[in-house]
Amino acid sequence: MSSRIEILNAGGYRSDGRRQYELRTIAIDFSPQGSNPDGSATISHGLTQVSVSVYGPREAKMRSQTFHDRANINIELSIAPFSAGERRRRGKGDKRILELTQTLKSTFEPVIQTSLYPRAQIDIYVQVLQQDGGLLQACINATTLALVNAGIPMLDLVCAVTGGVHSTSALLDLTQLEENDLPNVTIAVMPRSGKIALVSMETRLHVDRFEEIFRLAGEAGTVIHSEMKRAVKEKTAKLVDAMQLGKGSAAPNAENDY
Amino acid sequence: MISFTSFPQPQDAYKRPEIEEDEDMEVDEDFMENGTLKLAWPGESLTSSHAYMRGHGTYVDNEEVIASVAGIVERVNKLITVRPVRTRYNPEVGDLVIGRITEVQARRWKVEANSRQDAVLMLSSVNLPGGVQRRKLESDELQMRTFFEEGDLLVAEVQAFFGDGTMSLHTRSLSYGKLRNGQLVTVPPNLIRRLKSHFISLPCGVDLILGLNGYIWISKHVKESDREGEEGFDAEGVYSNKNDAIDDSTRTAISQVANIISVLASHAVPLNDTVLLEAYEWSVEQEGGPKALLQDDVGDALVVTVASRS
Repeated sequence: MSSRIEILNAGGYRSDGRRQYELRTIAIDFSPQGSNPDGSATISHGLTQVSVSVYGPREAKMRSQTFHDRANINIELSIAPFSAGERRRRGKGDKRILELTQTLKSTFEPVIQTSLYPRAQIDIYVQVLQQDGGLLQACINATTLALVNAGIPMLDLVCAVTGGVHSTSALLDLTQLEENDLPNVTIAVMPRSGKIALVSMETRLHVDRFEEIFRLAGEAGTVIHSEMKRAVKEKTAKLVDAMQLGKGSAAPNAENDY
Repeated sequence: MISFTSFPQPQDAYKRPEIEEDEDMEVDEDFMENGTLKLAWPGESLTSSHAYMRGHGTYVDNEEVIASVAGIVERVNKLITVRPVRTRYNPEVGDLVIGRITEVQARRWKVEANSRQDAVLMLSSVNLPGGVQRRKLESDELQMRTFFEEGDLLVAEVQAFFGDGTMSLHTRSLSYGKLRNGQLVTVPPNLIRRLKSHFISLPCGVDLILGLNGYIWISKHVKESDREGEEGFDAEGVYSNKNDAIDDSTRTAISQVANIISVLASHAVPLNDTVLLEAYEWSVEQEGGPKALLQDDVGDALVVTVASRS
């Protein structure tokens, strides 16, 4: 199936005016969503928007789900019916949702230090508000930020990005339009250690192209990482700053640094 | 003195602290010696694990101490810890907490107290009717629901920890026990620091209990003499489910204090008796009553006032 719209025009621009390796605008917001969560974050990659609320570690609702040596991570994902171009209601048992949930869970289970909270449960609620390609990428990035916001110990920030290939040229951070037409792969990296947390491919990709995309996505991961780090830093500095208020002149060295 | 012109400040108004970059990490003999505030986030490499020990909020990988939460780096001699800026309540023995009964089990209650697991209140750790010190009987076990029922709020003290880290509470004091005549407000637990007394009486006829777990109970003022009852312990009063008659002015004062607390908490202002008193004094001078406080501009003005006075 070929699209009527050119994926990459002669000038080297994509349908939304980006260059090959250009990422979409990232917006990060930590304001609380839902009823009094322990941590939450909303991230938008261009027109894809995902909001995540984290509750816990807290007492497990079902005792059968607990582990005596670590916390249980419970992820629920829902996709708003109005999020895509075509209105579609997906129930809880929808195959696509189950798959995404499972992918998220296996991505974050090794990253969160669950052994610190035996018998507890960490609930992560993912709400997809807008879809324009790179859904998994946005879900992973938003979950990472929400977990950091909730003060849950993690080994590293997990940064995900989507890559695709158009004939022989690689593209990054695909929109829905590009994702429909191109072979694509989502890669989540942990930039500090350089480890890969996830590689997810739902289309066929030529083996010769894989290495290039893999390398590019790794690099793009560090760009997203710096963006996420900046947001976390800003939020932390803001909270620390406000916390100095009650101390008054007791900590004079601290205020001057801000 | 600090001078806050407006609050919350625009984001670019924050000069971020000088964060030492990774290159300097090799020279860690003087790590954090200069006394500046250092922030960290998950995956941020702090120092070498040879020279320093890892504490809470950090882990060791590849001979480096690495932060696992976003917060402030603290160093005590050779121990490096990262204190998260926002987290659930971390209990310590002797802390005053407010909790809600979630379950009645054999000889114990389960109490939700904003911690990582529900706390336990043993039947042997509560004051039973008919004398402060007496053995618990089988009849007490059978009528546990007459003392505390599911959904009841109580104030208690952290007594000890079980092997798995669950906290055990006790209410063996006249100031602890079931809560009534008031309203619960929840704030992030790190906004409540350990104070000399967590029982605060405001002059407007409102009593406050600041639970270290971030739960705050705002209630009608009870006179010291009434609290103790006739023979020092009044079981009827302590385990009663009935509210006293509360007049309109007290109700208004309670909502006023509740709104002040939620405004201060939303601006991450740490709460203590002086801050609350100043905020209350300022707010009663304003027009519009308790509900006006929830407007953004009034709330911001409140925070600015509190900041300038402290």
